[in-house]
Amino acid sequence: MQLIKTKEIEDQITRKVQEVNFELPEDVENAIKKAFDNENSDVGRKILEQILDNSEIAKNKRVPLCQDTGLVVVYARIGQELEFDGNLEEAINNGVSKGYKDGYLRKSVVKDPFDRENTETNTPVIIHYDLVAGAELRLDIATKGGGSENMSQINMMKPTVSRDGIIDYIVQVVKESGANACPPLIVGVGIGGNFEKSALLAKESLFERIDKTNPDPKLAELEQDILKKVNQLGIGPQGLGGNTTALGVNIKSYPCHIASMPVAVNLNCHSARHISLLFNGEGR
Amino acid sequence: MKKIKLPLDDNIIKELQAGDEVRLTGTIYTARDQAHKRLVETLEAGEDLPFTIKGSVIYYVGPAPNKPGKVIGSAGPTTSYRMDPFVEPLLKAGLKGMIGKGARSESVRNAIKNYNAVYFAAVGGAAALIAEHIKEAEVIAYPELGPEAVRKLYVENLPLFVVNDTEGNDLYEQGQKKFQKN
Repeated sequence: MQLIKTKEIEDQITRKVQEVNFELPEDVENAIKKAFDNENSDVGRKILEQILDNSEIAKNKRVPLCQDTGLVVVYARIGQELEFDGNLEEAINNGVSKGYKDGYLRKSVVKDPFDRENTETNTPVIIHYDLVAGAELRLDIATKGGGSENMSQINMMKPTVSRDGIIDYIVQVVKESGANACPPLIVGVGIGGNFEKSALLAKESLFERIDKTNPDPKLAELEQDILKKVNQLGIGPQGLGGNTTALGVNIKSYPCHIASMPVAVNLNCHSARHISLLFNGEGR
Repeated sequence: MKKIKLPLDDNIIKELQAGDEVRLTGTIYTARDQAHKRLVETLEAGEDLPFTIKGSVIYYVGPAPNKPGKVIGSAGPTTSYRMDPFVEPLLKAGLKGMIGKGARSESVRNAIKNYNAVYFAAVGGAAALIAEHIKEAEVIAYPELGPEAVRKLYVENLPLFVVNDTEGNDLYEQGQKKFQKN
């Protein structure tokens, strides 16, 4: 068995939840620069310019890119040959709580959906656990804003639905989101599984680089077709019109029931903040 | 680009057209979901609001905490439709401008026209850049709401776009139609 020190996890998370809020992922920043060159709308170009300037200010001054520093979502893949010297869930939450305090990040979590009193720590975080082969712990961490999350949808489609029917539904979700999800967007799609699995897949897909081709050629082609249609909607940067509505579409799929075709769409704003941490018991 | 000094009056508002790029300077107030609920409940109870609403501009924002030596943390707009149900009573009480992101409901668009007001969009996610234009900030009501407290801000050259004007134009509708294919 390989021993993982939970204090190490906590300290890494404290640092990384700050960094992830100060710097855009490289692939996203490159995609925005490319969009600026290709955008036909004057207003759209001005908006993309502001977004790029914002990225510079946030990076240099170590301040959050967006005031909505998000609800923290963690996909924890735990190698089954690992053991921990403490409580993993506590370590993750303590790391987030300390990082949000030290980094002057906004605390956006309320204790109870009805009473709505702020926990003032930005915890509890949402953790999805998977037990996997091996002796490594991988933590994929996203700080997900509320605006784009609110515009996400799920549809239990018929198993006989056509490819076009699926595309139309996904494009419709983006259309309905208009300016609200802060375009240019990254469109995360989960197809198959069941009700909750499709939503988990959609969110998981948002961790994939947008400049990488999907290893499944069928999904890669679908991503391209959806991206093209989404960018023909005219929504544009911040919904004020233009040909850059989305920077990328990522799809993940999973086996499903003969009666089902679940399709979940999880939208992400241009401030697409996520990071992956790897622990193997030997420091990092 | 139009440079505007607050407070807004009817003459300034009449000249603003959907699509205009503006730079706003002056005092504005912040309020989002919970603060709106309370402001409207205060009006319904016939009590005084925590600030003078007549001629005022409300910015839909819940800023990040300020670092030491800074007046405010990153402070970009939040999505406006959630405030739609509370807009008309505030316009009736004298509110003249709103800053947020995202389209408004038809009833809010009509109310903006009827009450001679204006809705501006700030760039969502440009929160660090926007904070550079905020020179003063002070919590003036509901401190227990944390990021959702009502703040009085002094802004200089805040970069905005006019979305809904007094003629009933809507930049979201117009802009998207212009670039839509199929």
